[in-house]
Amino acid sequence: MPAEVYLNVAVGGVLTGLVYGLMALGLSVIFGVVRVVNFAHGEMMTIAMYIAIVLFATFRLDPLIMLLPIAALLFGLGYVMQAGLINRFITRPEHSQFLLLVAVAIIMINVLLIIFGPDAQNIQTAYSYDSFQIGPLIVDAAKVYAACAALVVTAALFAFFRYTHIGTAIRACADNYTGALVVGLDVKRLYALTFGLGSACVGAAGTMLLLIFDVTPAAGPAYTLLAFVIVITGGLGSMPGALLGGVLIGLTEAMAGLMFSPSAKSMFAFGILVLVLLFRPQGIMGKRAA
Amino acid sequence: MGGIIARLFGGIPRRGLILLGVLLLALIAAPLFAGSYLLTVLILILYFAYIGQAWNIMMGFAGQLSLGHALYVGLGAYTAAALYVHFGIGPWIGLLVAVPVAALAGAFIGFLAFRFRVGGVYFAILTIAVAEFARVGFDHLTWTKGSAGLFLPVAQYTHNDLWNLRGHPVMFYYILLTATVLALIGCRALLQSRMGYFWQAIREDEEAARSAGIDTFYYKMVAVVISAGMTSFAGVIYAFFYNNLFPEQVFHISRSIEIILGPIVGGVGTLFGPILGAFILTGLAETLSATLEGLGIDLPGAKQVFYGICLLLVIVALPDGVWPWLRKRIGLTERGS
Repeated sequence: MPAEVYLNVAVGGVLTGLVYGLMALGLSVIFGVVRVVNFAHGEMMTIAMYIAIVLFATFRLDPLIMLLPIAALLFGLGYVMQAGLINRFITRPEHSQFLLLVAVAIIMINVLLIIFGPDAQNIQTAYSYDSFQIGPLIVDAAKVYAACAALVVTAALFAFFRYTHIGTAIRACADNYTGALVVGLDVKRLYALTFGLGSACVGAAGTMLLLIFDVTPAAGPAYTLLAFVIVITGGLGSMPGALLGGVLIGLTEAMAGLMFSPSAKSMFAFGILVLVLLFRPQGIMGKRAA
Repeated sequence: MGGIIARLFGGIPRRGLILLGVLLLALIAAPLFAGSYLLTVLILILYFAYIGQAWNIMMGFAGQLSLGHALYVGLGAYTAAALYVHFGIGPWIGLLVAVPVAALAGAFIGFLAFRFRVGGVYFAILTIAVAEFARVGFDHLTWTKGSAGLFLPVAQYTHNDLWNLRGHPVMFYYILLTATVLALIGCRALLQSRMGYFWQAIREDEEAARSAGIDTFYYKMVAVVISAGMTSFAGVIYAFFYNNLFPEQVFHISRSIEIILGPIVGGVGTLFGPILGAFILTGLAETLSATLEGLGIDLPGAKQVFYGICLLLVIVALPDGVWPWLRKRIGLTERGS
């Protein structure tokens, strides 16, 4: 195979990986602050993807425009989930939280199945088949737009956590739960906000990913797993780590699909995860946990 | 001998023993009255009751959350089935290979994780990752027919061949019932042994256990190996009961989740919880099917939505599981029963 093929696939993998990174960033933010592993993460993303499909079918809205409203809807969903359900589980053992979110995931998958049926759906935009040519490189336009949008959302989230009062307060909760309570922060509300923000990431990522992939109701668990792999590879709780992990996994999957077989690609992602857990359990960018 | 029996049953209230005896008798007699549908449901219940207990050793006793127990089921199933298909080796001899294979896989995960102090959520996700790795790996392994599936030869059997596990579901029912009872006895013995107390110490506070001089690495390893080995037996039974194996089904993450729902709903760390959980969840699923069918609702996914809502209600209302609550209700408050 000529070298350009490898380069093309690699660039495509990196661009998809940036969108993966945004999805995983949501998981990372939630875990980093609330200390709950969102086992319904991928399912929430498929919800976002189906909302995008409905909005596209009814209003012919471009996914790049739908991104913000869908992120806002998912923010609401996440906020309600945390405030109504998960907040009362934050002091319970991990397996209890796990069961709660698995139950939520089962409900989400099957409600989607009832509404939309089992078949794969996608959307066709005006630029679905466009591509950019840069020298020997041919890059899908949709992937470029998706990756750029993912970067913009990520940057906005970084800025929020660094420069706003609420962002600083949320970081305070993450650093020291008791300390945050002592200085009078409304931790439960901040947790709900965080879960909402994490869900908004998923909403944006899902909308963008629809430019690249089909969606089925059953796709949720695979995305949940993918988000775990990325976040642990990059470092659970590290925001740049999630993005880096996304790029690394996106690249790995693309190259493995090209060199071996597309059906074997997730094996390589899991292989990387096992290696990372063995040699750098805190992840590439993660800080050593106590 | 009498001493061992006295120790095994010691500490269980009289009423508990009577209830346990009645339940056991009912289960022994059940195939006489149950139709083939009910028998299949009971087989499923016992299957989950058995595996739930195996998982509970790792999570409930030693505090190590495994979300990848489908790995051990699958390894057991595939090892025994492949030996039978390729070399004509019967399942009981196959079991002698399947158990060590699964135990080795458990030891591999345990060794890697515990040596590098990978714990909690990270450990749980490592177990998922290895199971998923196996799923995709077996999809591409031609020796076991890859994703096309491995099939065991099936024929009409005039008699139950216990040696080769070919025969009527009733035979599988009694094998699983025996396994479940033995597992219950074994779990109680383990929990009351010196090692059982070490496990509970590790579960409650690993740092404290280590500073008290407990070799936490060793005892966590033993928990994983026992749990994995026990689970693989259920895999062997699975292979010879269903006669077909697909990596996408056997190793899938949803299988791992199914396995652990029972013990969590029943009560993690309790002896009877996994068994009760299996009855509740399988019973619930079948009741929902029957009810929806009776109402004429034929909507794919509807049953699972109700199932999910019930799970949600149970975990919100009874955070420690159903058995600790029920135990208090029926006046069996003795610890560890």
